[in-house]
Amino acid sequence: MSELHDKTLAELSAGLAAREYSSVELTEHYLQRIDDLDGQLNSYVTVTAERALEQAKSADARIASGDAGPLTGIPMAHKDIFCTEGVRTSCGSKMLDNFISPYDATVVTNLGEAGMVMLGKTNMDEFAMGSSNETSYYGAVKNPWNTDCVPGGSSGGSAAAMSARLCAAVTGTDTGGSIRQPAALTGITGLKPTYGRCSRYGMIAFASSLDQAGPMTKTAQDAAMMLAGMAGFDPKDSTSADRPVDDYVAALGQSIAGLKVGVVKEFMENDLDSGIAASTQAVLDQLKKQGAEIVEISLPNAHLSVPAYYVVAPAECSSNLSRFDGVRYGHRCENPKDLEDLYKRSRSEGFGAEVKRRIMIGTYALSAGFYDAYYIKAQKIRELIAEDFQKAFKQCDVIVSPTAPETAFGIGQKTDDPVSMYLQDIYTIAVNLAGLPGMSIPAPLSGGMPVGFQLIGNLFDEARLLNVAHQVQLATDWHKVTPEGF
Amino acid sequence: MSLSSDDVEKIAHLARLAVDPADTESLSRDLSNILDLVEQMQAVDTDGVLPMAHPLEMSQRLRVDEVTETDKRELYQSNAPLKENGLFLVPKVIE
Repeated sequence: MSELHDKTLAELSAGLAAREYSSVELTEHYLQRIDDLDGQLNSYVTVTAERALEQAKSADARIASGDAGPLTGIPMAHKDIFCTEGVRTSCGSKMLDNFISPYDATVVTNLGEAGMVMLGKTNMDEFAMGSSNETSYYGAVKNPWNTDCVPGGSSGGSAAAMSARLCAAVTGTDTGGSIRQPAALTGITGLKPTYGRCSRYGMIAFASSLDQAGPMTKTAQDAAMMLAGMAGFDPKDSTSADRPVDDYVAALGQSIAGLKVGVVKEFMENDLDSGIAASTQAVLDQLKKQGAEIVEISLPNAHLSVPAYYVVAPAECSSNLSRFDGVRYGHRCENPKDLEDLYKRSRSEGFGAEVKRRIMIGTYALSAGFYDAYYIKAQKIRELIAEDFQKAFKQCDVIVSPTAPETAFGIGQKTDDPVSMYLQDIYTIAVNLAGLPGMSIPAPLSGGMPVGFQLIGNLFDEARLLNVAHQVQLATDWHKVTPEGF
Repeated sequence: MSLSSDDVEKIAHLARLAVDPADTESLSRDLSNILDLVEQMQAVDTDGVLPMAHPLEMSQRLRVDEVTETDKRELYQSNAPLKENGLFLVPKVIE
């Protein structure tokens, strides 16, 4: 029998239903693992042990009364960007180090109602701005595969906690790759749903037209179960998609024979790392073996996605983060001499360097005289990229590429050069700009380190993505490899 | 694209951020590098392209004009750094 923490959500669900173990026992097991192992990783910023055990007791009562759903009693964690009532919600920032959320995010409410147990809140890049989890006020997170390396970001704490099995599943958010890139670097499965599929209510805003919540898990099947619990229309989010949620779990059984898989030509050429190329090819060969047809597609404007993103995302962040003024909540400077001093010093003391850089880029892009040249231009390029995808989807059912350009890099290796850090997301950002769903699943290791394989679907095609990923995972063991020592 | 130290100070003021004079040079270099990256956008012709307003082409949904929130002032103000009688306190703005 495999260890409790190696079980998938479906296995845990069955074990709980058969009373092989209780939710309290499962929760204690995970709390013990966090206690024993997280000192090496720094993946949690807050552990809510007492509350978790209370939730586990309620879950056990619910299971005993026959009122349990598939997620009831399973211990999970939330990225610390999701507001959790009565629990500090820091967003990885000094600005919110003292912020106790007065309400729950809708995703937190949904998974709570499904009966999941929250173990705690995971570390992240400050305000989700980063690709290495090094911008967190609470310190860098380490990659369980090599603790000298980063886990990726911004959902780096979630990725490291999942990879080390310090939770059974975890939430993340993805604005430019923040679920998929860390999933790739830590060897787990991560899904960014279609924009609007999961509610953004109570998810601290970074770039509102791009932000989306999603699950990070061991397997595609687990991701399907989690997304089923997270997704849905929410009147509290004005951009929430008002359409029914597909039955992701029921859609997992379909053969992929005849599936048309589009390989992005531009992402496979030039200077693609040879190890990443080999791992990507191995997954393509596997898809072919299972009957899929591989076609080459082109995204001719994809190379403009990083430049356009670094206008749109900072512009929206400069607007969203203007709410942090030292008045209503968050950090406030000592002895302000006037209102302007209060704003400037509270913000400068509360925000870290990367957040300040992005606020300033956004402020500049939105300032009088520059708006058309930057923001409007970027939104036009966004339209071109979205059109490229729609043309490509006439030739194929899913689009694939590597998730990230390299395996996990060393802690401190890119911190002095923001632009080199931004290029971590060259394969993921276009998906956010077009609002599409994207997924990263483990490919074969390269040099002993995890590699991610990205699957991109058309709008609201999560069920198909999850099924394709599940079919590959049924036939391979790439997703079952775990880091030594964890 | 190269930003001067003056530009950086002006942008910082617009964003209500205080920049340590010791950091202005490195900050202007970093911001200029980011703007160089962004400049690549100018190479493509976007005449006649409609800027994307929303990835799902949704229009703004309106709700019925009914009270949905109860008074939670005390709860919401529990995070306020400085408050008095239900008011947020700021430095004096009117002499």
